[in-house]
Amino acid sequence: MNPQALMDGLVAGSMIGLGAVGITLTYSILRFANFAHGELISSGAYFALLVASALGALFGGMSTPIGPFSFGWAVPVAAVVAFALNGALALLIDWLLFGRLRRQSATIIIMVMASFGAALTLRSLLEFIFTSSPAYYSRSLQIANSLGGGIRATPDQLLSLLVAAILVVAIHILLTRTAIGRSMRAVSENPQLAGVVGIEVRQVIRVVWLLGAGLAAVAGVTAGVLVQIRPQMGFDLLLPLFAAAILGGIGSVPGAMLAGLIVGLSEAIAVQLVGAEWRAAIAFVILVAVLLFRPQGLFGRAE
Amino acid sequence: MNLELIAYGAFFLTMALTYAIIALGLNVQWGQTGLFNVGIAGFVAIGAYTSALLTTPDDPNRFGGFDLPIFVGWIGGAITASIASFLIGALTIRLRADYLAIATFGVAVVVQLAALNLEPLTGGPFGVGFIPRPFAELAGNPLAFGLLNLAVLSLVVGSTYLLLERLARSPWGRVLRSVREDEQAALALGKNATKFRLQAFALGGGIMGLAGATQAHFIGFIAPENYLPILTFQVWAMLIVGGSGNNRGAILGAVLVWGIWAASAGIVSAIVPPEQQARAAALQIVMIGVALCAILLVRPRGILGEERMISRHLGKLRTPSPTANSSADRKA
Repeated sequence: MNPQALMDGLVAGSMIGLGAVGITLTYSILRFANFAHGELISSGAYFALLVASALGALFGGMSTPIGPFSFGWAVPVAAVVAFALNGALALLIDWLLFGRLRRQSATIIIMVMASFGAALTLRSLLEFIFTSSPAYYSRSLQIANSLGGGIRATPDQLLSLLVAAILVVAIHILLTRTAIGRSMRAVSENPQLAGVVGIEVRQVIRVVWLLGAGLAAVAGVTAGVLVQIRPQMGFDLLLPLFAAAILGGIGSVPGAMLAGLIVGLSEAIAVQLVGAEWRAAIAFVILVAVLLFRPQGLFGRAE
Repeated sequence: MNLELIAYGAFFLTMALTYAIIALGLNVQWGQTGLFNVGIAGFVAIGAYTSALLTTPDDPNRFGGFDLPIFVGWIGGAITASIASFLIGALTIRLRADYLAIATFGVAVVVQLAALNLEPLTGGPFGVGFIPRPFAELAGNPLAFGLLNLAVLSLVVGSTYLLLERLARSPWGRVLRSVREDEQAALALGKNATKFRLQAFALGGGIMGLAGATQAHFIGFIAPENYLPILTFQVWAMLIVGGSGNNRGAILGAVLVWGIWAASAGIVSAIVPPEQQARAAALQIVMIGVALCAILLVRPRGILGEERMISRHLGKLRTPSPTANSSADRKA
């Protein structure tokens, strides 16, 4: 087998992991499988594209590549802005749709269906605004450096791994060491009880949307830098995201990241063995295997 | 001119009725049992491809076809789709409610992938052509052809409807609703909730497969892009608009939503310049998506809403009176 598959798998897996952390947070705290999470990845990528193009047009110097990377300062700045904008978008959707359904005490499945409707609406809206042809942050080419052992990686790929690692550690610390993190875990355990002991549940829900959508934006920007930006990009990632979130155990941030890497590596290895056209089926195979043998996931608790 | 209009009307209604069958299948799963299926397109595709494989003339470039009669293909499509639903249901129904949704979503992705890549079986991206159409020998007379096909489809929808109504009013149907409304109570009464859910899911999947098969034979050609997630979405919109839990609502919703869809597609192609049509089509989906979410928020019951159903034996126990509540309930 080609050792390069390991590198490609890790890079793809770190993106899946970032998205899966968002899914696992919204899943465990808002208590429904959010089918619109893939579209939050796409919208994050497009927010960053808008900001980066605007910055590039205003300040020409911001588009010139930084050091070994393919993009200029416009992209990291745009990623930070996209983190916030995407969080605002998620809050807007929650205010328009999910929050109202929560107040009507809709069942979980109605929430899932609403997220399904929101996903299609958002994806088609992106397709309407930006058309379905792919877009790029930068068109400059990069040379992959050899890391030894027959593995090559571009500076962009290595940076994306580093960013993913930093973000996951940061989220983990936020959840385990801060007051808001404790509140989040309390709401995830039992929202009624958390409300009774004085935790502001609505505040927690807002933080969850901000974090989940923000991480989705980072995953979208990374995917946009490494591959390309399309309205379908998030939808194509949705099945791997769910597979990773369930494999990691719903609610477990390190589990989601680790499972994301596992899904990414399995996809890359399977592409070598059975051909790239079957890539999308790998996540399904993993999902079925997890549901058969360990439905609570690697780090989840049995119900 | 009038004859053409009638022929078009027959074509439109026949298409709408194929969707009505899918919506009836979804109503068994969601409306009556509360099982969320995000992979409708996958189960419809399984039915369509199975039937196409069984009934097309032999093709040296792929496996089959077996040149069997059309109704054998329809039954085969329904059975295969039912088996697929049974398997995916057996895997997930005992777990949390939304795992079924995620798994069915996976089914749709994988079926789409298989249709694209298993060229020896499915014809790959070019699909399967020359699927025998009922009354194909009358194709020269569009009016007779259209009306006869409409009659066949009406017969299929009608018999599916009667069967499902019968089932919904049977003890089996009442257990399904009790499982949906209060699983603990159903369990306490000794009903095996998982078993009933699984039966309903397999039955609904089989009906979706039948719908896929009839649709394939009506059009005469199938390809992977007929079974994109938008199909799933349309059928959901149909059931929610018509009123989930109500079989007549499923049929009404199918005709209505398909009508709106066809009309808006017609308007888009008439007024939007060709190079912008892909964008306009996206906007069409946005409209339907917003409408679906709005209905979930404002009128979750849909147009007709769920019928209150009681045992058909219950009415006989009381003194027959035209004003008795039980008979009024059944007609409501």
